[in-house]
Amino acid sequence: MKKSRTLLLAVLLAGTLSAAAEAPLTWGADAQGGAPYVFQDPMEPNRVIGFEVELATLLGQRMGRQARPAFGPWDKLLELLGRGDFDVVINGIEVAGEKGRVVELSHPYFATAEVLTVRKADASAPRTLVGLWGKRVGTLPNSMAARIAEHAGADVRTYEGGQDEIYDDLKLGRLDGVLLDEPVAHYYGDLEPEFESVRSGFGTVQYAIAVRKGDHDLLREVNAALEGLQHDGSLRALYERWGIWSKETAKLFHDTSLAAPLADVEFDRWRAAVGKLPSFYERLTTRYPAMLPMFLEGALLTLLVSVSAMSLAVALGIGLALGRRFGPRALKWFCVAYIEFFRGTPLLVQLTIVYFGLPELGLKLHPFLAGVVALGLNYAAAEAENYRAGLESVPVGQQEASAVLGLSTWQTLRHVVAPQAVRISIPPMTNDFIALLKDSSLVSVVTLTELTKTYGNLANSTRDHLGLGLVVASFYLLLGLPFARLARAAELHFGRHLRRGPA
Amino acid sequence: MTLVVKELVRHHEGNPQPTLAGMSFDLPAGTLTALLGPSGAGKSTMLRCIMGLEPFETGRIDIDGVIVRGTRESSREERKRAIADARKKLGLVFQSFELFPHLTALENCVLAPMRVKLETRAAAEKRARALLCQLGLEPRLDAFPEQLSGGQQQRVAIARALAMEPRVLLYDEPTSALDPSMKNEVLQSLKRIDASGVTQVVVTHDLQLARGVEHVCILDHGVVIESGSPEVVLKTPVHESTRALLNAWLQPDAA
Repeated sequence: MKKSRTLLLAVLLAGTLSAAAEAPLTWGADAQGGAPYVFQDPMEPNRVIGFEVELATLLGQRMGRQARPAFGPWDKLLELLGRGDFDVVINGIEVAGEKGRVVELSHPYFATAEVLTVRKADASAPRTLVGLWGKRVGTLPNSMAARIAEHAGADVRTYEGGQDEIYDDLKLGRLDGVLLDEPVAHYYGDLEPEFESVRSGFGTVQYAIAVRKGDHDLLREVNAALEGLQHDGSLRALYERWGIWSKETAKLFHDTSLAAPLADVEFDRWRAAVGKLPSFYERLTTRYPAMLPMFLEGALLTLLVSVSAMSLAVALGIGLALGRRFGPRALKWFCVAYIEFFRGTPLLVQLTIVYFGLPELGLKLHPFLAGVVALGLNYAAAEAENYRAGLESVPVGQQEASAVLGLSTWQTLRHVVAPQAVRISIPPMTNDFIALLKDSSLVSVVTLTELTKTYGNLANSTRDHLGLGLVVASFYLLLGLPFARLARAAELHFGRHLRRGPA
Repeated sequence: MTLVVKELVRHHEGNPQPTLAGMSFDLPAGTLTALLGPSGAGKSTMLRCIMGLEPFETGRIDIDGVIVRGTRESSREERKRAIADARKKLGLVFQSFELFPHLTALENCVLAPMRVKLETRAAAEKRARALLCQLGLEPRLDAFPEQLSGGQQQRVAIARALAMEPRVLLYDEPTSALDPSMKNEVLQSLKRIDASGVTQVVVTHDLQLARGVEHVCILDHGVVIESGSPEVVLKTPVHESTRALLNAWLQPDAA
């Protein structure tokens, strides 16, 4: 909702303000990426915080534009940038040669060492780069750390979810070590007293801001702003407050100042919030109620996407079922091909084609619309088959009786066949709607923060997967149950002639 | 003559013997006729051909002196129009009744008059109510077909057909789906409607039912082999094959 309002505003602004410099600077990130980059404040989950949030704000101020965040999954951020969903990406984008082919990279704004975290009690744990050989090492996919670990011959396990899960697996003994950038190791690894970390000897990595390929003007502006922020000390102050000022960054900035660092207040705040999970009762009475507005917003989006997609699926499904049953040969053939195609290919592939593929043909859909269209097109195939089953359940004698009375094909369908077919089609339709409700979580791929994504973000930033998992599960149940009830009532209505007894 | 069927021929796929081998008969207006024949005589096929539910190859059908349905020479559109015309003048009561299960008895009789003849609901309901009451269904107007006995369902089916005010009403095996004790009741219904002047044709293999009508045609192997009043045809048949048929029929009853 917020996203669409932002977009609307952006459109309005673009239309009314001619000066491009005054348009907001939309920056992309993944709120599930976790602390200390961009994450939901565990103390106040309605707020997204992180050192990159503040960096974006500083950058916007320097450039005379208001910084506006937009969210998408981390591994899709550069594609979303290319599609035009944001102006820049600020989310730990690592400087690596091959990225230059798809995006423009700014000057690095941060440098850090890779840090290996292991269990203290694990005597055989690796502690050197060479020691990684054959060990189970967890990290993030497509990262510099993953590449280093792979090169060292480690058995690399990458995690799509969030950093918290990687350290959880280390704790549970499913991993022998975690190799990640120092800020992550600091915020997740250092919280656990049973972990220890090795801070040198694993290489370094730098972060840069990604700008759309060929957007040299913006790149120049971003670089100028970064340079300004570096020279006036804003960046160093920012990193110190977050407790991530590193000697690598000092070297990057040619900063030899020995001034006493600022207190890393943000890290202390984080540790206080998530270091020890409050009791379930306490979470239930204070924390979860505070998160309710976010879940409600996510649930509303889930519901809106699902209901819109189902409406499209029902309308299209009826057309397909009728076309297949009554249409001329070419139409029949088309309907069968449609059903087989959409039933036989993964929904995620279809959504990716609609959102990232169609722009190549000049059709760029709003994220909400893209989600609804992809889900609707996919479920239309299932609905068409439900309605076909319904239509075929009506005996052919019913149509002959109608024909003999002089009813037209359309009248027969409308007054005789459809009312009987509906009853047969309702139960599988209800099933499909509830499946759709759950499948709608896929739209998080196209920047929409629905219920599941809300859960992912919050669970990762509060390190609470179980409790919040139960919360999100109950939201899905609450969304689905009324529809199940409604469907049951409709079924009884359409089947009222089957109830025996005096009329 | 209200209904004239002339030289109707129809083959079914995979069967070298024609199902209808030039079947002809004619029915005077306002009579109650039984087309009597054993299974496989082509009774049902003939009914379906007359109603336009199945095509036929050669022959013709007249209703009130108008050829409502040509065959070979006619285009698809002409055929469709001819079938539609025929259905305006004909009614059919199916063997399994084919009532609309999701509609009440009254609604079953109102649907077609409202949608096809564009009558108002009030007018359509008035006539449907009258017909259903005439057939003794007054207390069951708002019952769904599932809630009615077989005999009641059949009377609703008759009322539904009559509501379209056909010139000719055809019945496909009206006694076969009912308990044998209902035969008399069926005959009573037929006679009650006969009094109102509608031409009725009952297709049946039920000898007992055939005895109660005004006119009988005996069908065998796709042709009419003998016709006349039941007293004459059933008691003193002229044709040898009719006699053989009647004997075969009577055997199981005798046993």
